[in-house]
Amino acid sequence: MQQSWSVNTMIKKRLLFSFSSLIVWILPILFLIGWQLIGRADTLPTPLQVLEGAKRLYLDGTLLDAIWISTKRAFVGFFIGGSIGFLLGLLNGLSPLSSRLLDTSIQMIRTIPHLALIPLVILWFGVEESGKLFLVALGVAFPIYLNTYHGIRNVDRGLMEMGKVYGLKGISLFRQIILPGALPSILVGIRYALGIMWMSLIVAETIASDSGIGYMATSAREFMQMDIVLLTIILYAFLGKFSDFVATVLERKLLGWHPSFSKLEDS
Amino acid sequence: MSGIRIHVHQLSKQYASLSVLKELELQLHEGEFLAIVGRSGCGKSTFLRLLAGLEEPTDGTMLLDGQQVNGIHPHLRIMFQDARLLPWRTVLQNIKIGGKDQSDKQISESLSLVGLEEKGNQWPSKLSGGQKQRVALARALVGNPKILLLDEPLGALDALTRIEMQQLIERLWLKQKFTSILVTHDVSEAVTLADRIIVFEDGEIAQDIRVDLPRPRVKNSDFAYYERTILDQLMGKTLVHVYSM
Repeated sequence: MQQSWSVNTMIKKRLLFSFSSLIVWILPILFLIGWQLIGRADTLPTPLQVLEGAKRLYLDGTLLDAIWISTKRAFVGFFIGGSIGFLLGLLNGLSPLSSRLLDTSIQMIRTIPHLALIPLVILWFGVEESGKLFLVALGVAFPIYLNTYHGIRNVDRGLMEMGKVYGLKGISLFRQIILPGALPSILVGIRYALGIMWMSLIVAETIASDSGIGYMATSAREFMQMDIVLLTIILYAFLGKFSDFVATVLERKLLGWHPSFSKLEDS
Repeated sequence: MSGIRIHVHQLSKQYASLSVLKELELQLHEGEFLAIVGRSGCGKSTFLRLLAGLEEPTDGTMLLDGQQVNGIHPHLRIMFQDARLLPWRTVLQNIKIGGKDQSDKQISESLSLVGLEEKGNQWPSKLSGGQKQRVALARALVGNPKILLLDEPLGALDALTRIEMQQLIERLWLKQKFTSILVTHDVSEAVTLADRIIVFEDGEIAQDIRVDLPRPRVKNSDFAYYERTILDQLMGKTLVHVYSM
């Protein structure tokens, strides 16, 4: 008796669980069905037509090429800009002198929308790779700088004092207290920067490029290939979601100690 | 393991024009348990921070076993009102900070001394306030310090947890015999724990009493006598004030 009861509740729990995970998908599925019903090839291709377009491009190899080129650009730019932002944030967070010297100037440059530099970037770099990397790096550097800087400045003074009482200084103080204390804020910066990374890349690729997803979109526009235009938009959405997923995994992994990130089952 | 002698001579501390400590004189012998009571702002916490080397005195000398205080003494530990555990380290890793040279066995032994052996792999955020302070106590004592400074470490705990913590501190102090200075505004706590109680008023010692009661202390009439004497001293000024109105 006892056992069958517990098996029953287990099944009920499973059902409840699978239902609650299904709930998320109700709206997207309804949306797709509606889209399929109202779509027309010349203005709004249906999801199935977009899928066919994707298959065509996949078979002739351009789809994967474009995705690979864009992703590579995005992450190389992110790495360059992120490193610069992180190092500047560290420097200014740790040294009041450097902060006095640099912070105001950095904040001034930050207020310029980096996409406003596109004409200049085209003049400097043409449609070369470096122009796109420059834009992505510039866009990504500031959120990471800002969050690293504030993360370090806001590390609990009480913990720093405790560390000093226990003889921690220099590198070990940084490794044990300052960096982990600033990490939640740094990860917020990374997450935000990932969004800016894709946005900068889309704009740069659409305006000045001869390869990548953005280029695919502009050339499809010229040939009135509506299905491909929609496909590129969806691709960007998936890539954005993917990098957000990576950021979430990173947060889970690195911030397991944090009450708002820790999983329920390990209590 | 024994404690450290403390000799404080002509110690003064000023913040701008505000004089927090005025030419303080104090001597403590090894292993003595001193409590400092006083109203907020009387300079008692400042005194602890000076002794710990966290702040510089304006004038005067502080000698620990004959050596001038210069930065944080390696055999000194201090506990604050908040536990100050690293939230990104487990309980055992936090204790390890206090005993870098200690073996894992000694670390876990110190955790069982404070009665939390089953919590070793938890994050501090899962502990209650009293448990956090017990971990902080284990961290402070794992390296066998010679002097322990307690800056109102029980101030934020509920009454029952406080009594448990007082018993724990007394037991560990009797065992390890470090010199101890407790800053508190709770007179009863001071009488429960200390060999000697001094009352701070405006940065000066207003009263210095030796508590001659057997341990563990029970709240009998002798206990009440000490409590009364110190409270009178603390409240004295205000009472006069009220009567004269």
